[in-house]
Amino acid sequence: MAVSTSPADLSAALVLQPVAALDWLVILPVAWCIGIGAVLMMVRHKGFLQPLIAVAALAVLVGLDAVLLWHVAQSGPVTMVMGRWLPPFGIAFTVDLTGALFALTAAVVALVGAIAAIDDINASGRRYGFYPFLMLLMAGVSGAFLTGDIFNLYVWFEVLLISSFGLLVLGSEREQIDGAVKYGFLNLVATTLFLIATGYLYGIFGTLNMADIARKAPDLRDTAPLVTLTGFYILAFAMKAAAFPVNFWLPASYHTPRIVVSALFAGLLTKVGIYALIRVSVMLFPFEREQLSLVIAVVAVLTMLTGALGSLAQTDTRRLLGYLVISGIGAMLAGIAIGGADAIGGAIFYALHSMLVMTALYLAAGLAARLGGGFSLINLGGLYRDHPLFTALSLMLFFAVSGLPPFSGFWPKVMLVKSALDSGAGWLAGALLLAGFLTMIATGRVFLLAYWRPAQEGSATGQAVLPPMALLPLLVLTTLSVLIGLFPETLLALIKSAALTLDEPSAYLNSVFPAGSAP
Amino acid sequence: MEPVFAVLTGIFLSFAVYLLLSKFIIRMLLGVAILGNAVNLLIFTSGRIMREVPPVIGAGLDVPAGPTANPLPQALILTAIVISFSFFAFLLVLSWRAYSGLGTDNTDAMRVAEPDDVQPPPLGY
Amino acid sequence: MKSLILRTAAPPIVGVMLLFSVFVLLRGHNEPGGGFIGGLIAVAALSIYGIAFGVETVRRAIVFHPLAISGAGLLLATLSGLVSMVFHVPFMSGLWAYPVILGQEVPLSSVMTFDIGVYLVVVGAVTSIALSLEERGED
Repeated sequence: MAVSTSPADLSAALVLQPVAALDWLVILPVAWCIGIGAVLMMVRHKGFLQPLIAVAALAVLVGLDAVLLWHVAQSGPVTMVMGRWLPPFGIAFTVDLTGALFALTAAVVALVGAIAAIDDINASGRRYGFYPFLMLLMAGVSGAFLTGDIFNLYVWFEVLLISSFGLLVLGSEREQIDGAVKYGFLNLVATTLFLIATGYLYGIFGTLNMADIARKAPDLRDTAPLVTLTGFYILAFAMKAAAFPVNFWLPASYHTPRIVVSALFAGLLTKVGIYALIRVSVMLFPFEREQLSLVIAVVAVLTMLTGALGSLAQTDTRRLLGYLVISGIGAMLAGIAIGGADAIGGAIFYALHSMLVMTALYLAAGLAARLGGGFSLINLGGLYRDHPLFTALSLMLFFAVSGLPPFSGFWPKVMLVKSALDSGAGWLAGALLLAGFLTMIATGRVFLLAYWRPAQEGSATGQAVLPPMALLPLLVLTTLSVLIGLFPETLLALIKSAALTLDEPSAYLNSVFPAGSAP
Repeated sequence: MEPVFAVLTGIFLSFAVYLLLSKFIIRMLLGVAILGNAVNLLIFTSGRIMREVPPVIGAGLDVPAGPTANPLPQALILTAIVISFSFFAFLLVLSWRAYSGLGTDNTDAMRVAEPDDVQPPPLGY
Repeated sequence: MKSLILRTAAPPIVGVMLLFSVFVLLRGHNEPGGGFIGGLIAVAALSIYGIAFGVETVRRAIVFHPLAISGAGLLLATLSGLVSMVFHVPFMSGLWAYPVILGQEVPLSSVMTFDIGVYLVVVGAVTSIALSLEERGED
């Protein structure tokens, strides 16, 4: 078999050098997830095989993403184009440190989720296709983090959205259908907004490659309505990320599916929106982001406060956590609003922390429900007395999500507050601290009522003993949170250089268009 | 031609938004279908419209014989059509399930996941 | 549906449509056509078969579960992209082979296997939706 040779001279349009083996890491996470998802679809009825394959495959995915992160940290952004066509003609996958960090964290979260699902998803859930949907969801998430083409980003958004539909209605309870209707319609509007913005972008730029857009934006700034375009993108991604006032799909749906599904959604979906927002507003349109920064800051404050206040008002622990997810999104938006490498680094760090901790919190709520017999704070009680280890882990997570040292939530909060004060936005720093304080009250109350208070008379009780395996996912995520909190130096260095690459994307551009190539 | 298409896109979009603002799922579904078409038309228009031949390379040639229409928006629209089609199919089945399971297609009456009468959490113990 | 006309006419129509869907699939390489539209034609054929003889008959006729067919197609498409790794060219590059079978040169390519994958994905996924909707209509 030979690579086709064509009479027409295409050497200016094709990749002719052989591709280095390490460059394949750019595409492998996505191809791997799709391939394994396909295999799992074919063996859908082998209920016992499904979790084995999925957990092994996700462990490999963590490995792939870790090596990818190492490779990118060593040698800068890496690019691979589809089908030998040089960018901007071919669809490019370009990975910089930001994408690699997000992809690795997402893979860790998915692996932990798959392990937790062994317990939580029963035989009919497996037959319905939990694991294939999970793998396809991961393909969408990884693709969104690794792609370098804005239309391709849209396609990965849709892949993950359709898989998330499948996961959301898994079990087909009436609540799930109700939640899925709201989730489905509002997310459809969000992705359609994204598509509309991309249509305009293509009309203005005539290209969809992100590096090409970043390169051409300075010349078009005077003639094209780029601020409007950026506003469109910010609206679309803010809706995906559940920022106030377009956040209402999240508390309407996140508490309805199986708890593992809620945990995965809380860890993965909104953070993809934040990643896309960072990518587009910071790397592609930094000047326009500056123009809109006050709007983003106001939205950020409102998101933080509605999230925190909403969580104070909830009785159902899952809905309470849903509002905490929203509050965290506000903190990340604050970083984007401030701008500059430090604040963006803070937003990235907060997103990574939130992926780990929110997943863990949902899993903890699931375990609390198994032990205490429900999700309602009115009935829960007495967990501390019977399950001290579980209580300790939960308390650590409550501290982490409130941003207290020595857990992973502390450092991003410090970075964000410091950069807010440096940029003279004291009110933003105040809102960040206030949101943290309110979060602490909300989670503290959960701790008092569900764990510390004696068991309630006459309320339903769950199983008395927890199998040690069930604590493993929680233990892994909490350990990661503590380790990040105690030894943040390596991660901080990576995040700093990731934020610098976003702020000054010449390395990214060089990776797509090597110096000296035709414009 | 572009202004005509722009106006047409605007009409489609306003119909879609009007229908999506309804509280009945079936109208929202119609809105979704129109919204998808509006966006496709938008992408088509933003790729510049011209009266040229389709971008198909003839037999025995390596490059198109003359100028052709821009193939990229067509590829984008094809992708968008496939995605909005699958979305529509999913939402259709979901709405049917919602109607038969919840007994209503009025979103105001769909309060199963978010009941009205939840007690606030206890203030102390 | 208990219509004698439909039951008599369905088998030849379905056969021709399935054949046509494969024709459209293979034609799609250099001319309009391809896996997606070919797959939709095949689904239309299977739906007609289902309307005439019932959903169970279709499920028996296609042997595998529709979603398993989808999975096989997805796997085939992914592998067609990954073959490039062996030849040190980027993901999804078109690779060609021209074996001579019975004195006739037959061009084969990874593009074609990808398209067959798309065909199977569409057949599986849309058939699964169509059959479950038809099943609802029956009861």
